Amino acid sequence: MLEIKDLKCRIGDSEILCGLSLSVNAGEVHAIMGPNGSGKSTLAQVVAGHSDYEVTAGTVTFKGQDLLELEPEERAREGIFLGFQYPVEIPGVNNAYLLKAALNAKRKHHGLDEIDAFEFLKLAKEKMVTLGMDPKFLNRGVNEGFSGGEKKRNEILQMAMLEPDLAILDETDSGLDIDALKAVAQGVNSLRSAERAIVLVTHYQRLLDYIEPDFVHVLSQGQIIRSGDKSLALELEDKGYDWVREAANG
Amino acid sequence: MATESENLESLVNRRYEHGFITDIATESLPPGLDEGVVRAISARKNEPEWLLEWRLQAYRQWLEMKEPEWAHLHYPKIKYDEISYYSAPKSDEDRPKSLDEVDPKLLETYDKLGIPLHERARLAGVAVDAVFDSVSVATTFKDKLADAGVIFCSFSEAVIEHPELVRKYLGTVVPRRDNYFAALNSAVFSDGSFVYIPKGVRCPMELSTYFRINAANTGQFERTLIVADEGSYVSYLEGCTAPMRDENQLHAAIVELVALDDAEIKYSTVQNWYPGDENGVGGIYNFVTKRGDCRGDNSKISWTQVETGSAITWKYPSCLLRGENSVGEFYSVAVTNNMQQADTGTKMIHIGRNTRSTIVSKGISAGKAQQSYRGLVRIMPQAEGARNHTQCDSLLIGKTCGAHTFPYMEIKNPSAKVEHEATTSKISANQLFYCRQRGISEEDAVNMIVNGFCKEVFKELPMEFAVEAQALLNVSLEGAVG
Repeated sequence: MLEIKDLKCRIGDSEILCGLSLSVNAGEVHAIMGPNGSGKSTLAQVVAGHSDYEVTAGTVTFKGQDLLELEPEERAREGIFLGFQYPVEIPGVNNAYLLKAALNAKRKHHGLDEIDAFEFLKLAKEKMVTLGMDPKFLNRGVNEGFSGGEKKRNEILQMAMLEPDLAILDETDSGLDIDALKAVAQGVNSLRSAERAIVLVTHYQRLLDYIEPDFVHVLSQGQIIRSGDKSLALELEDKGYDWVREAANG
Repeated sequence: MATESENLESLVNRRYEHGFITDIATESLPPGLDEGVVRAISARKNEPEWLLEWRLQAYRQWLEMKEPEWAHLHYPKIKYDEISYYSAPKSDEDRPKSLDEVDPKLLETYDKLGIPLHERARLAGVAVDAVFDSVSVATTFKDKLADAGVIFCSFSEAVIEHPELVRKYLGTVVPRRDNYFAALNSAVFSDGSFVYIPKGVRCPMELSTYFRINAANTGQFERTLIVADEGSYVSYLEGCTAPMRDENQLHAAIVELVALDDAEIKYSTVQNWYPGDENGVGGIYNFVTKRGDCRGDNSKISWTQVETGSAITWKYPSCLLRGENSVGEFYSVAVTNNMQQADTGTKMIHIGRNTRSTIVSKGISAGKAQQSYRGLVRIMPQAEGARNHTQCDSLLIGKTCGAHTFPYMEIKNPSAKVEHEATTSKISANQLFYCRQRGISEEDAVNMIVNGFCKEVFKELPMEFAVEAQALLNVSLEGAVG
């Protein structure tokens, strides 16, 4: 589904990804781990199309098309979802309004009729029940005054509504207490399917106790230096990132 | 970032959509202003002697006054002797009785503007008193209004048909020498609307006037007077667009509202005059005096405005709260883009006991535009129990625009409760990226954020106007983000 080959990119003068390759297929859950500054979030942002990052080499294809040619909104409509590490607040814009606009933009792109307000509300409420969210969320400003946990849960709600083919969740576990973490993980798990790929970008093994990955990759200095199954994450937890780095260098 | 700012630039640089000039012959007075011109205007309108005298006094007062310089506005000096003070469609003396008699070119103009007069009037049940340049050329729904006893006509007509009402109220809210532009208007006002709602009558429909400025180099000096007698209610809509041109056009209108005991006037404006090009060339200079007088007890006057046009805006719709328990409201969205400048706000003068006022001002600046909110809340010594709440928010789009706030408060009664809240925010690149990542285009995202910001004001507009206002905002903003 997603093929990244020898990707290099920079922000300003500093190169952040230095020849990264990654292949993600439908139905798989990948975890990208690594120390601070290793390029994890950059990878997520580049795939989503953030214009701060300049791709200098390599290719990214998504469902066979050149992803780098597409605008961020086109990537989203094609089925890429980024769960933000820091979801922004948009005061005055109703959460439901944003969700409906997003959903309809995607439907329109795929030649479907726009969803009407009644159907939309019904669908949104269903999803919220599944995620254990208060329907009042819908009428609040987008992330306006939300707690950290609420913001992350809101990201999962958006993901549930938009039903992406590829979901990249950037540090979805950061800033969450254990209950919120469980709730978010449960939400993500409910969205696992054979058609959908999920990429978890995370710093800690903790999240992976609740969302079990098929593959774990360790990112360091802009490259994947080691890949393995879920046991790699446990090993990392035990021995720290230096261990992989040394192993890679030696 | 590069692609993003390019997109934004192309959005910002979109041409003014309503820029075209209708070729209708006009009988304008030659440029310049002296007593002869004032007399000529008055004579063309067959005005009574008292009104001519009134105009002449205003003219003499104007000569002694100085153009105000306190506003946060920069523009070349206006050359008053190069302006023509009167222009009228040729059919002035033989005005059309129905739309069929209206110059088809004019109807076409309305069409281009998306204001199909007959359609709009028929579908929305709105009576339209269309001011084309200076003289009203089409008035509809008069019969229905007449049944209710409502007078809704052009100002010139009111002078002839209802001189006693005009004479009683003219200049009682905005005195001739109130300010430089008010004095000028009082001397040379061409036409406008007159509304009188009799005692206890709820006006059966929303009254609407579309103003158009069309003759090159002609200042427009409308004069509107609305009187709501005891226990009556009226909602009045004012909206306008103007053709593209190079010269600056002076516009100095006056709107006077009078609400007697238990009466309510709701005055809504959507203003979309040509703002000039991206370098600030052309565009309307808009110096307006709008004031409402809550003369009676329990009266209410509410100003709602969506301002997107003009190169220069100088405008402070205000309320004099004289009557006990009277209420003044001001809801405003002002958008400035490119080189536009606006110094706008309101004045709430609390005179009566237990008077209340609400001010909600939303300013949006993009491009290199400069916008100032200037508001005065004055609580007079006798205004026991007065209350005011002011909320003043600015939204900046891009890095080259500016927002300024000048709130003045003069509280002379210790029982007053006055609150002022102000915020300034920006549409951030992160907000836009967030929306785009959800599949929403940049343009839609900007519109969504701006409309969210303005929501409190839009909900005060009459339904069909709110839709129009939102569309207008989207067209005129096409905003920049840095």
